Amino acid sequence: MSSYQQAPEPGRIDARGVSIRLGQGNQAFEAVQALDFTIEPGEFVCILGPSGCGKSTLLGALAGHLVPSAGRLEVDGLSVAGPSPQRGMVFQHHTLLPWRSVLDNVAFGLKMQGQGKAERQRRALEMLQLVGLADFAERWPSQLSGGMQQRAEIARVLINRPRLLLMDEPFGALDAQTRSRMQELLLDIWTRIRTTVVFVTHDIDEALFLADRILVMSPRPGRFIEDLRLTFSRPRRASLLTSPEFTHLKRHCLALLRHEEGRELPRLTPLGLPDSDHPPLRIAL
Amino acid sequence: MTSTFKRWPVRVLSLLACLLFWHVAASSKLDFGLFTFTYVPTPRSVLDAAWQLFTSSTLVAHLFSSLSRVFAGYLLAAVLGVGLGLLIGRSKWAEDTLLPPLEVLRPIPAVAWIPLAILMFPSSELSMVFITFTGALFPVLLNTVHGVEAVDPRLLASARSLGAGRFAILREVVLPGALPSIFTGLAIGMGTSWFCLVTAEMISGQFGIGYYTWESYTLQNYPDIIVGMLLIGVLGMGSSALVKRLGALATPWYRVRRAS
Repeated sequence: MSSYQQAPEPGRIDARGVSIRLGQGNQAFEAVQALDFTIEPGEFVCILGPSGCGKSTLLGALAGHLVPSAGRLEVDGLSVAGPSPQRGMVFQHHTLLPWRSVLDNVAFGLKMQGQGKAERQRRALEMLQLVGLADFAERWPSQLSGGMQQRAEIARVLINRPRLLLMDEPFGALDAQTRSRMQELLLDIWTRIRTTVVFVTHDIDEALFLADRILVMSPRPGRFIEDLRLTFSRPRRASLLTSPEFTHLKRHCLALLRHEEGRELPRLTPLGLPDSDHPPLRIAL
Repeated sequence: MTSTFKRWPVRVLSLLACLLFWHVAASSKLDFGLFTFTYVPTPRSVLDAAWQLFTSSTLVAHLFSSLSRVFAGYLLAAVLGVGLGLLIGRSKWAEDTLLPPLEVLRPIPAVAWIPLAILMFPSSELSMVFITFTGALFPVLLNTVHGVEAVDPRLLASARSLGAGRFAILREVVLPGALPSIFTGLAIGMGTSWFCLVTAEMISGQFGIGYYTWESYTLQNYPDIIVGMLLIGVLGMGSSALVKRLGALATPWYRVRRAS
């Protein structure tokens, strides 16, 4: 039996009155406000909402990169304090280390646990096989396509067998075909490595296709306006996208989101406000 | 490919034309009023002087003095510059305590330190090493600080999420991320440290290429001046190329990214 099939225990999330403030001074605002929700162990939950509504901010707090300004945010009964390998995070654009091969990137978490080189590379290769990247183990991340980079990123997070898999629009930057292949791949991996997934997206089709449950968020301050449970059978295939039930639910989600139309907000990130493209060169050369 | 190949003859011709102009101007003692070629030696006499220097035993002594001074000063500047740069780039406290005095010293050219350095250091050898050190320190330091601060915060966040502690983040993320910028600083620092060394040697040396060049002037061995100048150029170019080569070896991913 492969080591990745050993069951990690999926995590449970409890949020009570969680608010998160971003910005400083009189620029400060509440990105999300008084959120109450529970996510059961092993659930695949999509948080759906328009750009800038605070869904990525919530994800950042779950990962431990942002601290709630009010309320309690608990995973398995323990309040979230800082980042942890138990709560793996996948960003919209990959964060693979450019100076490590794909294999070493995937093995990174095991290296941090102090595992020996041979053992961690063996397990990393196993993980790469699972995401279909075994042939690219020795490449630099920059030599992979966007879809491959995200697969490597997912493998790197899953090798830690996290209780939570937090995904911030992970397929948002991919072309439509790659995206739908990645969605099927993700569901396939999820059947083998059971973990609680919180998946942030603004794509209604994506949320409906993937999730057990969709939490719809309204923009600033972010609040949940709908808690939708989906009963489509698994495994799910692309034909689901054209079924009448799917279309019905899609119309429902469209109506919920259209409610908030007309307000363009800047995208927020799991690390807070989007920073300027380059840090200011404080000291001129 | 063919276009760059075709351009080589022109480049070589241009160099030959310059050499020819030098020869004509020096042998006919051309005088432009504002400046004159009267005392400029011909290429032929420079070649003879160079041959003489290369077959004599003094060349090794000069080269050894210059190279050991540059090596000592530059190495110290590289270690201290990268170390302090990492510290300043990573810690607000270190930035507030260390950066202000360094910022005050930075605009002072290393060459301006020469008189004080001679007074402060008992041996002229140490004062010259200090000058080369000062010349290289700031390019290395500032490029390191800049490189550290330019590391993508998302990389830091995701490394933390994967279980990296403070030291692992420094070793696995910050240092490699800043490495291309550090090597830029090291290459610039190599140039300035040669420049500073030659100046320092002209003033207080007893051996060394800078000293040799200046001595040739005072002894009126004019062809030797140009031999010294060319040697300085070749040594400076060689050591910069060495640093760049080391940089390319240390950052193999960087080349791939720029190529793709």
